[in-house]
Amino acid sequence: MLKQLLKYTEKKATRDGFGDGLFELGQKNENVVALCADLAGSLKMNKFIDHYPKRFFQSGVAEANMMGVAAGLATGGFIPFTGTFANFSTGRVFDQIRQSIAYSHKNVKICASHAGITLGEDGATHQILEDIGMMKMLPGMTVINPCDYRQTKAATLALADHVGPAYLRFGRPGWPVFMPENIPFEIGKGILLNPGKDVSIFATGHLVWNALLAADQLEKEGISCEIINIHTIKPLDEEIILESAARTGKVVTAEEHQLAGGLGESIASLLGRKHPMPIEIVAVNDSFGESGKPMDLMKKYGLDVSDVVAAVKRVLSRP
Amino acid sequence: MTSIEDLKKTASQVRRDIVRMVHKAQSGHPGGSLGCTEFFTALYFSEMRHNPDFNMDGKGEDVFVLSNGHISPVFYSVLARSGYFDVKELNTFREINSRLQGHPATHEGLPGVRVATGSLGQGLSVGVGLALSKKLNNDDRFVYALTGDGELQEGQIWEALLFAAHHQVDNLIVTVDWNGQQIDGPNDEVISLGDLRAKWLSFGWKVLEMEGNDMESVVKGLKAAKAETGKGKPVVILMKTDMGYGVDFMQGTHKWHGIAPNDDQAEKALAQLEETLGDY
Repeated sequence: MLKQLLKYTEKKATRDGFGDGLFELGQKNENVVALCADLAGSLKMNKFIDHYPKRFFQSGVAEANMMGVAAGLATGGFIPFTGTFANFSTGRVFDQIRQSIAYSHKNVKICASHAGITLGEDGATHQILEDIGMMKMLPGMTVINPCDYRQTKAATLALADHVGPAYLRFGRPGWPVFMPENIPFEIGKGILLNPGKDVSIFATGHLVWNALLAADQLEKEGISCEIINIHTIKPLDEEIILESAARTGKVVTAEEHQLAGGLGESIASLLGRKHPMPIEIVAVNDSFGESGKPMDLMKKYGLDVSDVVAAVKRVLSRP
Repeated sequence: MTSIEDLKKTASQVRRDIVRMVHKAQSGHPGGSLGCTEFFTALYFSEMRHNPDFNMDGKGEDVFVLSNGHISPVFYSVLARSGYFDVKELNTFREINSRLQGHPATHEGLPGVRVATGSLGQGLSVGVGLALSKKLNNDDRFVYALTGDGELQEGQIWEALLFAAHHQVDNLIVTVDWNGQQIDGPNDEVISLGDLRAKWLSFGWKVLEMEGNDMESVVKGLKAAKAETGKGKPVVILMKTDMGYGVDFMQGTHKWHGIAPNDDQAEKALAQLEETLGDY
């Protein structure tokens, strides 16, 4: 299974998956409306806008108001998808999301591009690494971080049928498109990508690819890694995590986010409560990012394939 | 069509409800609630076409968003008095396990509330979104929203003003409770609002004014606002009010913004307000 996944044929940004999914929703569901805060091109929303101009509301550089307008459209029975960078989709508007959307049970889909360090050259002002944490703390908020173009498109489509507030996080760079088309996407259900027996690696977003590459390397050293893609950080698929962890007895998590508040913390908390065992977390360690090329930044901030490999070795060396 | 005299009678009862709710809870915001009583009474008992068999989406009816959520007592009173829920439930204001939260919320399912408000500056944007949903649905009813004047210090308000003018949200009628007071004192001492009329005009809105504690002026003002809808511009009514209106010792001061009367004060207040519809 691993070898097949690693044979990808093209690279495409996850944000393209969002744009294509949104366009498809435009055709499929007349209740879907979209809002954007002056980043329609970056969010790949132009196909939707060109075909469904009456269902698109340009909000200008005013994200707080955009979230409120989306809450109002949801109240009126529509399914609004908001689009801006992840930084401006969360931290900048946390209170608007908290009160007008989450506490008010509004069916708003907060779609956030350029998440994480792979945003690259724009630097730390835009490289949000705290968004999963902020969003997962909100009661009732669904949090999804898909791993490639196909999964982002599938997640976008799934969100229109899901009732309730949701945060969809994706990224800027071209990334291998490796998810097989025949794997169904279900919100809240992890996906077993590679069965293994020595260690369970739970990965989300861009880091799923790095986890696959790490597993390939480790296999050559005789270490068998089970790779599970946790695209939905909340609600967490406790069943698939506990089942795999119980079998391997060792856990590594990987994500493009701060250690604090991320997927790793959610899984550590779950294991601590239900099945304590050694866990290593691949994430950014209490640090802001900086300008640079995405892959160089992944290396510098501990998100590289070699960091996943090292984490597996660390966890295997623990009693 | 309800007569001005009948509306005044209803307003007197609403004021009693406000004083009694805040007194029983020993917390809440009587000042702004009393100041906006004519407005809420005229809206819910005369000018708004609304359905107490509550539907969240408000299709085919006028809807209202209270952006300055802290004046929940007056909102709850008119909702109960117009049939959204039993008036007896006003007894539970701010108590545990109540649907009548300190600030309005949808979370407990209170009929008549469409969005949680309280953290200021947010409700107006939600009203704009509701107005857009009516346009998308070819629904010719209106969206009303009320904001405080201190609330206008929030930046999101001005984002909403730009947006509503740009997108020609002309089925939206916003009213500003312009009592000149906020928690820390008069607006002019806290952060001046300057020439409010000129500000709204320069943002591209149709601007009207009314005397918020004169029932006739309020009814006229709301009718005039409705007549201005559908002309490409959102409409705002700058409504002059006295905070605490109707209770002499609460009137015209920010001191009763957010405190409850004690037993003696409640008795004194209620003695000034005729019981017209029966206390709950």
